[in-house]
Amino acid sequence: MAATKEEIIEGLAEIVNEIAGIPAEEVTEEKSFTDDLDVDSLSMVEVVVAAEERFDVKIPDDDVKNLKTVGDAVSYITSHQG
Amino acid sequence: MSATIRAGRGAPAARILGVGGYRPNRVVPNETILEHIDSSDEWIRSRSGIATRHWADDRETVEEMSVAAAGKALANAGISPERVGAVVVSTVSHFEQTPAIATRIAHRLGAGKPAAFDISAACAGFGYGLTLAKGMIVEGSAEYVVVIGVERLSDLTDLTDRTTSFLFADGAGAVVVGPAEEPGIGPTVWGSEGDKAGTIGQTVPWDAYREGTVERFPALRQDGQTVFRWAVYEMAKVARQALEAAGLTANDLDAFIPHQANMRIIDSLVKTLGLPEHVAVARDIETSGNTSAASIPLAMERMLETGQARSGDTALVIGFGAGLVYAAAVVTLP
Repeated sequence: MAATKEEIIEGLAEIVNEIAGIPAEEVTEEKSFTDDLDVDSLSMVEVVVAAEERFDVKIPDDDVKNLKTVGDAVSYITSHQG
Repeated sequence: MSATIRAGRGAPAARILGVGGYRPNRVVPNETILEHIDSSDEWIRSRSGIATRHWADDRETVEEMSVAAAGKALANAGISPERVGAVVVSTVSHFEQTPAIATRIAHRLGAGKPAAFDISAACAGFGYGLTLAKGMIVEGSAEYVVVIGVERLSDLTDLTDRTTSFLFADGAGAVVVGPAEEPGIGPTVWGSEGDKAGTIGQTVPWDAYREGTVERFPALRQDGQTVFRWAVYEMAKVARQALEAAGLTANDLDAFIPHQANMRIIDSLVKTLGLPEHVAVARDIETSGNTSAASIPLAMERMLETGQARSGDTALVIGFGAGLVYAAAVVTLP
């Protein structure tokens, strides 16, 4: 069953917390992964792979570049999840 | 009619008998890299885990570094050079296409008239060479084989490319492979993914430079995120396959010696594989950088020298790089 927007944000917050050590409550839609959450380009790959597994979605490398904010990722996952 | 052809008389199995390395004398700190790019020591360390690397000088040629490393490996194995039946050299940074540098190295080692040739398998070159060596020994076409990984990647580095200038380095690592009663080199899991050929490689082919269509000598470039994803998640699968092919689990390992591409890849691979605490992990990259085909034997030598691993230990080695190509196997350390 497809995850809701709230579930996706909560899931991403847990993933970012696990990978970058950022408190989950700081992971909100308007935050930039790189500038606000200390997720560098390599950590972003780890976040993406974890999100793929959690939300049953494929996020190709070419699309990863467009996921600047948590909101971008939420929109992507919402429209692509299986 | 077809006559009966006799099979070669090889050994029941093969193993690594000795290892040796050569690290160039010049140690290059991140401060030197920062003379050419707008970055910081902290940034380089956090993205790669590299603090220093070795760069070769004019005298530390591919040939000289190889002879030094292979000489040490032969001494470590206790094998005299004239017993060597083949010399296999993996390199992408020897700028003389023919003859193979392996022939000169074999001659310099005093190895008589062994088979000698170069291979091009980038950062998987050591595993490719090891697999060829094992085959020759078991099939019977060589008793002892010297496998060398050697690079002068500083010659292929664009010092102004802030995504790669801090990564690449120089050095040579060699092993002597010989006959054994029990397997000391497990089945190799190897392969290539040519659909991803464009993710790591030269900026331009040599002929583009010759024809003057580009001003700069070719350098190495890569798509960092794509390579990272493949190196961690796809290579974790390959590593598990190599363990399974050897009939072992991660619990049976004493050491993990991945290609020293980037500390972040090593850390993520260890995490993804869920390696037990007791498995020693090679992290030679901190002071050696990425030396492509040389990195696994160099890291192996260092682990044995420092006591992180011991002779007879069971280690998983995995190389991966431009091609994309990969090779993994479980080995008994010399």
